[in-house]
Amino acid sequence: MSSPDRLVYMANQIGTFFRSQGHDKAVPGIADHIKKFWDPRMKRAIFAHLDAGGVGLEPDVREALTSLKQSLPATP
Amino acid sequence: MSLIEEIDYGTPRSKSTTMVTLTIDGNEVTVPEGTSIMRAAMDAGHQIPKLCATDMVDAFGSCRLCVVEIEGRAGTPASCTTPVMPGLVVHTQSERLKKLRKGVMELYISDHPLDCLTCGANGDCELQDMAGAVGLRDVRYGYEGENHVFAKSHGEINAAWMPKDESNPYFTYDPSKCIVCSRCVRACEEVQGTFALTISGRGFDSRVSPGMSESFLGSECVSCGACVQACPTATLTEKSVIEIGQPEHSVVTTCAYCGVGCAFKAEMRGEEVVRMVPYKDGKANRGHSCVKGRFAWGYTNHKERILNPMIRERIEDPWKEVSWDEAFSFAAAKMRGIQKKYGRDAIGGITSSRCTNEETYLVQKLIRGGFGNNNVDTCARVCHSPTGYGLSQTFGTSAGTQDFDSVEDTDVAVIIGANPASAHPVFASRLKKRLRQGAKLIVIDPRRTEMVESPHVKALHLPLMPGTNVAVVTALAHVIVTEGLANEAFVRERCDWAEFEEWAAFVAQPKHSPEATAILTGVDPNDLREAARIYATGGNGAIYYGLGVTEHSQGSTTVIAIANLAMATGNIGRPGVGVNPLRGQNNVQGSCDMGSFPHELPGYRHISGDAVRDQFEALWNVKLNPEPGLRIPNMFDAAIEGTFMGIYVQGEDILQSDPNTKHVVAALSAMECVIVHDLFLNETANYAHVFLPGSSFLEKDGTFTNAERRIQRVRKVMSPKNGMADWEVTIALAKAMGFEMNYNHPSEIMDEIAALTPTFTGVSYAKLDELGSVQWPCNEKAPEGTPVMHIGGFVRGKGKFIVTEYVATDERTGPRFPLLLTTGRILSQYNVGAQTRRTENVVWHAEDRLEIHPHDAEQRGVRDGDWVRLQSRAGETTLRAEITDRVSPGVVYTTFHHPDTQANVITTDYSDWATNCPEYKVTAVQISPSNGPSDWQKAYDEQARHSRRIVPAEAAE
Ligand code: SF4
Ligand code: SF4
Ligand code: SF4
Ligand code: FES
Repeated sequence: MSSPDRLVYMANQIGTFFRSQGHDKAVPGIADHIKKFWDPRMKRAIFAHLDAGGVGLEPDVREALTSLKQSLPATP
Repeated sequence: MSLIEEIDYGTPRSKSTTMVTLTIDGNEVTVPEGTSIMRAAMDAGHQIPKLCATDMVDAFGSCRLCVVEIEGRAGTPASCTTPVMPGLVVHTQSERLKKLRKGVMELYISDHPLDCLTCGANGDCELQDMAGAVGLRDVRYGYEGENHVFAKSHGEINAAWMPKDESNPYFTYDPSKCIVCSRCVRACEEVQGTFALTISGRGFDSRVSPGMSESFLGSECVSCGACVQACPTATLTEKSVIEIGQPEHSVVTTCAYCGVGCAFKAEMRGEEVVRMVPYKDGKANRGHSCVKGRFAWGYTNHKERILNPMIRERIEDPWKEVSWDEAFSFAAAKMRGIQKKYGRDAIGGITSSRCTNEETYLVQKLIRGGFGNNNVDTCARVCHSPTGYGLSQTFGTSAGTQDFDSVEDTDVAVIIGANPASAHPVFASRLKKRLRQGAKLIVIDPRRTEMVESPHVKALHLPLMPGTNVAVVTALAHVIVTEGLANEAFVRERCDWAEFEEWAAFVAQPKHSPEATAILTGVDPNDLREAARIYATGGNGAIYYGLGVTEHSQGSTTVIAIANLAMATGNIGRPGVGVNPLRGQNNVQGSCDMGSFPHELPGYRHISGDAVRDQFEALWNVKLNPEPGLRIPNMFDAAIEGTFMGIYVQGEDILQSDPNTKHVVAALSAMECVIVHDLFLNETANYAHVFLPGSSFLEKDGTFTNAERRIQRVRKVMSPKNGMADWEVTIALAKAMGFEMNYNHPSEIMDEIAALTPTFTGVSYAKLDELGSVQWPCNEKAPEGTPVMHIGGFVRGKGKFIVTEYVATDERTGPRFPLLLTTGRILSQYNVGAQTRRTENVVWHAEDRLEIHPHDAEQRGVRDGDWVRLQSRAGETTLRAEITDRVSPGVVYTTFHHPDTQANVITTDYSDWATNCPEYKVTAVQISPSNGPSDWQKAYDEQARHSRRIVPAEAAE
């Protein structure tokens, strides 16, 4: 059940914590958190979901994931 | 090896720094002011006869055996109650004193049974010793007169005689042997803080009695054993001593139950434990303990302990006992097979917070080095992972800031979401002692805990609704900031000022005020304001918190909010203050330190750091994977999805301890190889394919790290009953998988840890033997360890304020589930109860009960003791109700010590946003009357019974 729903829920939860720090801190904060704590298959799954339209992702979270995806070397 | 005899100085140590010099028996002695003459004499090596004094309690001066002569003073004062004065000249032996002492002893002995040869205390009786010391040779009074010794005298019933009380499972009370010295009463009051014992009556009629002439078991007694330890006679004696006899050697070791980390002398006869006695030099416990460490070690030779390795193809099959080699090659083949089929990342493991640092280190090494991935996690995930995250973000270290001694300098203690009287009893005793000296106590907890109800303790209790911690702590900050109580000088010096200002502006918003948030939190705004003022201005303020803080969807946020509060008030960086997580299991701190989390190597260094990885790669001689691995809940998700198929679980019962049991069952059932390494066939083992028997803490060498970062030795006192210590099992499993780890002794593992971990560089078994224990960081900068952290500055540089917005959990009450369930622990049982349930401790807690407020109970037609059905979104279970106003209306509470209760069938898989620590502490539930166990409980039971069948190995030819 690393199904997109669950991962979207987790990512948004992270987003909620950073929300009160304002957009400019929140986006890198979220990206860094996911980079540091998510296993590769979880990252792959959420990126795939993002590519498929990213339904359900909060705006800050979506932005963070987009930037994270670009910064990471393409996963083999 | 011999019996470690600790010197009894007769009276407690004085803390004064003013020194006083006097002469005792012709020797000059210099001691701190406030020391008794008795203690000063003992310092000089002269033991004054004594009965009612012992250094664990204050002197009382009732036996008059310790009399001395002081030049220039009339009479013969008791040396235990007479303090030293400069220039005194004291004589401890003279004709007059000899005569007085003989007289005292003669009186005692004339009312004492003379069955010394067959007495349980023979060989360890101070009354015997004193009779010898004063040269008592005959007793002039007969036994015909009034006495407490015989059940009948002159054919009549002797009203003064009392029968033995054997109600406590671990010790007996034989009143006929009591000399009414009151050491037990004082121990219960001063050391334990329970006030269960009194001396009733006067003179000849005076008797020690638990409560109002109750039995020990029926009284307030919590069976800590302090009174037994204090008793100079056989009156209070361990049943194990009565049964076995006196021990002949002892070894200092560390309790394997909770994060207090009490040091004990394991007193032995051969390889048999006679008793465990708390060690006075233990810096965490200072000679005290609770019922679990002192008495509840019987599980180590319980008949249900599994001593042979076992395997099976399918979990429906019965277990087959096999040789170690067969078990290892079976397990290795399965795990490697899974990796071949599903990929390198399809297996992982879980380290144990009950095992030693060395064992934990090896398991994560096996996973990172041998499995080739970072899918390692620990049960600390489900309890204190938010502590690690929150404190490292704000302060720069993932650990509590103080030692336990610090509490002696605390003026205001704030306890949030913890119940130390139950879960960290020895710390609670130490805290209560300080509270009786006048320190203030604030308790933030949904439930009126034992701490709030303790005798002689007045607490300001803020009963909040479960799940509103962040709102309450932020409201405290609001009061501190808006009432101008913040310590600006401290913040300017030690913290980032801009971040502070931002934070202060955030908390100062009217929506964070106690008045505005009361509607969510249920806390009286006046009480909350009062609490904030006391904490900010009452002197040294220390915060202690537990799982009630961490096990929430905002667990990490609350930890950060607590750290903010401590920084804003300057309560960091000296004795008496600080932020202190109370860790559940004995080695939670250690297992986190040892690199049990999937994203970090030992010493909390992220796995993506090239320099750090290089260091480990060079020493381990493997290539490490730079990507973080799966956390426990992610492993379960991945198992169900089909990408995580094999797991090695050391010393943990994830099925019973993790939330949403049904989800865990589904995950375990989906896996192709589950290896359980434990003492017992635990609940997880019902879904396992390989069972590797574990060894108890009495059977291996190693170290544990307690909640104060204190590294202490665990010492082997008997051979492993299963044949192999746990660290040896991990090495053999690794070898079978083709990953060699070579160590001859756990000390070599610690040497490797020290070589790789900057906060451990100074740690070695030699140092631990020398100093007894050290608190990390222990390195060039702090060769003897670090009792208090962040002195003069934070580890991360500037302390970091982070705003903490309250977000309601998604687990909400509604018409279907109108009540909030929260969970906790009780004193006599430990965690999932695998050990304590297999000891006599069950007399105190035979089952888990559901606490419910009378109002809610009445509405639902539930009476005390009734079976009730407890339902949540996730599932349902049944248990019996206990009606009490300890919980507020709308809140219900239960413990989770018994597997049949299945409290985790109810808990959901919501979790902390940062660490995925599950939200055990809030579940929306409904309650209705019921007739007995639910269908799920019955089916589960049936599966468990079926799964536990064992086919013994064929007898070898
Ligand atoms: S065992 Fe502990 S609580 Fe019980 S009476 Fe003795 S000192 Fe008090
Ligand atoms: S029970 Fe033991 S410690 Fe207590 S008064 Fe009697 S002899 Fe003293
Ligand atoms: S369980 Fe905790 S408090 Fe009790 S003896 Fe063990 S370490 Fe000490
Ligand atoms: S030991 Fe001093 S009066 Fe008893």
